[in-house]
Amino acid sequence: MDILSLFIIVPILTVVALVFSKTLERSRVIAMIGSIIQAAMAINLVFAYLKERAVNDDIMVFTKDVVWFKNFNIHYNIGVDGISVALLALTAIVVLAGVFISWKMKELPKEFFISLIVLSLGVYGVFISIDLFTLFVFFEIAVIPMYLLIGIWGSGPREYSAMKLTLMLMGASAILLVGILGIYFNSNADGGPLTFNILDIAQVNIPIAAQKLFFPLVFVGFAVISALFPFHTWSPDGHASAPTAVSMLHAGVLMKLGGYGVFRVAMYLLPAGALHWSWFFIILAAFGVVYGAFAAIKQTDLKYINAYASVSHLGLVLFALLTLNKIAWNGAMIQSLSHGLLTALFFALIGMIYGRTHTRDVAKLGGMMKILPFIGAIYVITGLAYLGLPGFSGFVAEMNIFVGAFQQPDMFNRILTIIVVSSIVVTAVYILRLVGKVMMGPLLINEVTDLPKATWYEKTGLLLLMIPVIAIGVVPFWLSDIIMKSLEPFIQGVL
Amino acid sequence: MDFNSFILMRHEMLLLAIILILVVAEVFTPLHKKTSIVHLSVFLFGIHTAVGFLTIEYGSLFGGMFHTTALIQFFKNVLNIGVLILLLQSADWIQEKIIQENRGVEFFMLLFSSLLGMYFMISSGDFLMFYLGLELSVLPVAALAAYETSKRISSESGIKLILSSALASGTILFGISMLYAMSGSIYFNDITNLTATSNLSILGLVLFFSGLGFKISLVPFHFWTADVYEGAPISIASYLSVISKGAAIFIMMILLFTVLKPLMQIWENLIYVIAVATMFIGNLFALRQQNMKRFLAFSSIAQAGFVLLGLIIGNRLGTATIVYFVLIYIFSNLAAFGVVQAISLKTGKENIKDYEGLYRTNPNLSLVMMLALFSLAGIPPVAGFFGKFFLFTAAASEGYYFLVFLGVFNVTISLYYYLLVVRAMFLRTSDNAIPYFKTKLYMRMGLLITVVGILILGIYSPLYDYIYELSKIIY
Repeated sequence: MDILSLFIIVPILTVVALVFSKTLERSRVIAMIGSIIQAAMAINLVFAYLKERAVNDDIMVFTKDVVWFKNFNIHYNIGVDGISVALLALTAIVVLAGVFISWKMKELPKEFFISLIVLSLGVYGVFISIDLFTLFVFFEIAVIPMYLLIGIWGSGPREYSAMKLTLMLMGASAILLVGILGIYFNSNADGGPLTFNILDIAQVNIPIAAQKLFFPLVFVGFAVISALFPFHTWSPDGHASAPTAVSMLHAGVLMKLGGYGVFRVAMYLLPAGALHWSWFFIILAAFGVVYGAFAAIKQTDLKYINAYASVSHLGLVLFALLTLNKIAWNGAMIQSLSHGLLTALFFALIGMIYGRTHTRDVAKLGGMMKILPFIGAIYVITGLAYLGLPGFSGFVAEMNIFVGAFQQPDMFNRILTIIVVSSIVVTAVYILRLVGKVMMGPLLINEVTDLPKATWYEKTGLLLLMIPVIAIGVVPFWLSDIIMKSLEPFIQGVL
Repeated sequence: MDFNSFILMRHEMLLLAIILILVVAEVFTPLHKKTSIVHLSVFLFGIHTAVGFLTIEYGSLFGGMFHTTALIQFFKNVLNIGVLILLLQSADWIQEKIIQENRGVEFFMLLFSSLLGMYFMISSGDFLMFYLGLELSVLPVAALAAYETSKRISSESGIKLILSSALASGTILFGISMLYAMSGSIYFNDITNLTATSNLSILGLVLFFSGLGFKISLVPFHFWTADVYEGAPISIASYLSVISKGAAIFIMMILLFTVLKPLMQIWENLIYVIAVATMFIGNLFALRQQNMKRFLAFSSIAQAGFVLLGLIIGNRLGTATIVYFVLIYIFSNLAAFGVVQAISLKTGKENIKDYEGLYRTNPNLSLVMMLALFSLAGIPPVAGFFGKFFLFTAAASEGYYFLVFLGVFNVTISLYYYLLVVRAMFLRTSDNAIPYFKTKLYMRMGLLITVVGILILGIYSPLYDYIYELSKIIY
C-alpha cells in the first residue's frame, strides 16, 4: 500500500469501525485512534517528502496511477507536492484537535464522528488528487457531510444554515463541473488524447477562447468555498450554527480547498484565462477582504465575528493568488495554513467559552481571563497571532502577501494593495476590542466566578493547534522552503 | 418455430412459461395455502433472471420483425433485475392484502404480461411489433393501477392511465402512419434508408416522439404522472416510474439513433427544448410536494429530463451513458420506493411530514432512503453521481455546454427537495414519529440488493466499460 492511499483507507476503516460502535466512549476512542494514525501519517509524510524531494525532481512525488474509467481516460491518480503536503498536515492536525474538542458529544455520537471522518476523507482526497475527476469526486464528498453536521448537531437556525450552505457549495461545484468538462474536452488541443490528468493538461495549449470562457466557471466554482465576495453569505450563517468541531474543520480546512483548487486547477490549467480575468476577480477579492473586516467589527456574536474575519482573511488568499506574483503566492499558501490553524483555535475557544457560559454575545461576556486563565491566555495569543503580530504565523503570511503584491509595477495592483493593507488596521480593531472586552474587561456574568477549568482533552486540542502557529512564526523558512520549490512549475506555467 | 427461434426468444418464452405455470399452480393450490403462490412467483422469476445472463447467439426472426443484440439482451436483464427487486419489495403487500382477496395470481400474470410486452417492444424490428409490444406493456399496468379496489383514488388512477395511454398510442400510430406514408415501409431498416427530410416525415417524427414522450412522462406530456402514481399501489407506481420508463427510454433511444437518424437535425432541437422544460418543470413542481409518491413522481420526471442530455448527441457515447444511467436509476428509485412501501404497508403513512424523526426510530430504513436520495441527486460516491456525470460529459462532448449548465443548475434545485426528505428523517425529531418496526425478509432482501447496487455500480468501472462495449452493436 502506498503512502498516499492510506489517507483514503485509514478514514474508511475508521468509519467502518465506528459503524459497529454503540456508545459515546467507544466512538470517541475509535475516532481518536483513527485521527492519531492520520496525524502520524501526515508527519511521516512531511519527512518522507523532504527526503524524496532531494532525489526526485518530479513535480509530484509518491505518484500512483490506476486506470478507473478507461473510456473517459479517468484515472485514480494521486501524488503530492510541497503545497499538498503542508495542507495535508494541517488537515490531520485540525481533525485530531476537532475530535478532542468533541469529546463530550452527547447526541448521536457515532453518527457525528462518522460524518466528521468522512469530511476529512474528502479533504485528504482533494489534496492528493492529480486527476480532475477524482478531485471533483472528493470535493463533493467533503461538502455533503456538512449538511448533516450542521443540521443535526448545530444550534440556532441550524436547518436554514445547513440548507443554505449545502446549496451554495453544491451549486458552486455544479458550475465547477461545467468548467472541468470544458477543460477536459479541450485537453486534446495539441493532438493528444482527452485527459483529466492535471499535469498532462498543463502541458497542453488550451485555445485562448476556451480559457477565457471556462476560467470564470472554474474559478467561481472553487472560490465560493473560500467565501469569495459576493458568494460568502453561506459562511457566517454556517459557521455560527455549526457545532464547535465542525466550525473548526470547516473554516480551518474545508475553506482551504477553494484557494487550493483555484491555484491548482483554475490558474495552473487556464493561465491565459487567469491573465484575462484577474483584474475582475482581484477587485472582488480585495473588496471581500475589506468588507469582511468591517463586517466583523459590527458583529456581537463571537462566532459571527470570526466568520466574517474568515471571509476577510481568505479573501486575502484569493487576492494574493490573483496578483500573479511568486512571493505573494508563497504568502497565500502560508496564509492558508496559518488561517487554518488560527481560526480553528478561535472556534475551539469560542466553543469552550460557550459551553461554560452558554452565551456568545460579546455584551454579556467579560473578564474571562480571571475565571478561565488557560483558555483566556490562549485566546489572547491567538488574537495577537490573528492580527499579524511578528513571531506568529499570521505575520509571516501577510508580510509575504503584501510585499509580493506591491512588487507588481502597475498602478492598479498597487492601489488595490494599499486598500487591502488597510484591512490590517481594521482587524486589529476588532481583535483588540474583543480581547479587551471579553478577556480583560470587568467580570460581567453575575455571581459566576468559578467556571470549570479547561480539561485535558481541551488543552490537548488547543496545544496541538498552537504549536504549529508558533513554529511557523519563529522559523518560517522551513515552510517557505517546502512551498517555494513546489511553486516553480506554476511560475513557469502561469507567469 | 424451430429450436433456434426458441433460443433467440428465450426471455419471452421463459416468461410466458412462468405465466402459464402460475395459472396452473393456482388451480392446484388449496385456499389456505395461497401465499405460497408468492414464494413460487419470486422463485421462478429469480431463476428466469439468472438464466437471462447466460450468453447466447443473437439474430433476427420473422423476417426482421424481432431481433436481439447483446445490448438488447443486456437491457432485458436490467429490466429483469428491476422487476425482481420490485417483486421482493411488494411480496409482503401481496401476501397481506392481495392474496386475502384471492387476486394474487392475477397480479403476477398482469405484471409479467406487461414485462413481456416490454421485451417485445425493445426487441422489435418493425413498427407493427413495436406497437403490439407497447400496447401489451401498458394495458395490464392500467388494470394493476386500479388494483386496490377499496380505494376510489386507485380506480381514478387506473382510468387516468388508460385514457392517457390510449391518447398516446393514437398519437404514436398517427406518427407511424405518416412515416409509413413517407417511406413505404414499416421495417426499421428500410425506413432508415428511405427517410428524407420532408414536412411529412417531420410531422411523423413529432407525433411519434410526442406519443412516446407520454410513456416517459416528458414535459409537456407529464400531466398524468403525479395523479397516477399517487393513486396506484406503490409497487405499481414504482413499476411505472422505473421499469416502464426505462424500457420506453431505451426504445426511444434505439429508434432515434437508428431509424430516425436521418432526421437528427430536427430532433436535436426538439430534444433540447424538451430537456430544458422537463428538467425545470419536474424539479420546480417537486419542491412543494408533501406526499412521497407525488414527490417521487416529479423527481422521476426531472430524472427523465436528465436522460435527454445523453439522447441529444445521438452516438455511441450517448447510448452507453443512457443505458448506464437507467441502470443506476432503477436501483436508486427502487430503493426510495421500497422504503416508502415498507412504511406505508406498516403504518399507512405516506407524507414527508410523517417521516420526521425516522432516523431515531428506524435508522436502517432512513439510511437506505438517504442513500437512494443522494444517488438520485447525484452526490458521490454513490452510483447516481457517476450516471449523471457521464450524461453531462456526453452532452458536453458535442459542445452543449449551455445545456449542461442548465442541467447542473437543476441538479442544485433537485438537491434542495431531496434534502428536505433527509431533513425530515435526520434533522427533525417528532413526538409521534413512526415507531420502530422490523421489515420482513423479502423486503429486506429487496432493499439490500438496491443498496449494494447503489454503492457498487458507480465505483465499479468495468460495468461502464462493458456497457460501452455493447453499445457499438446498434451502429
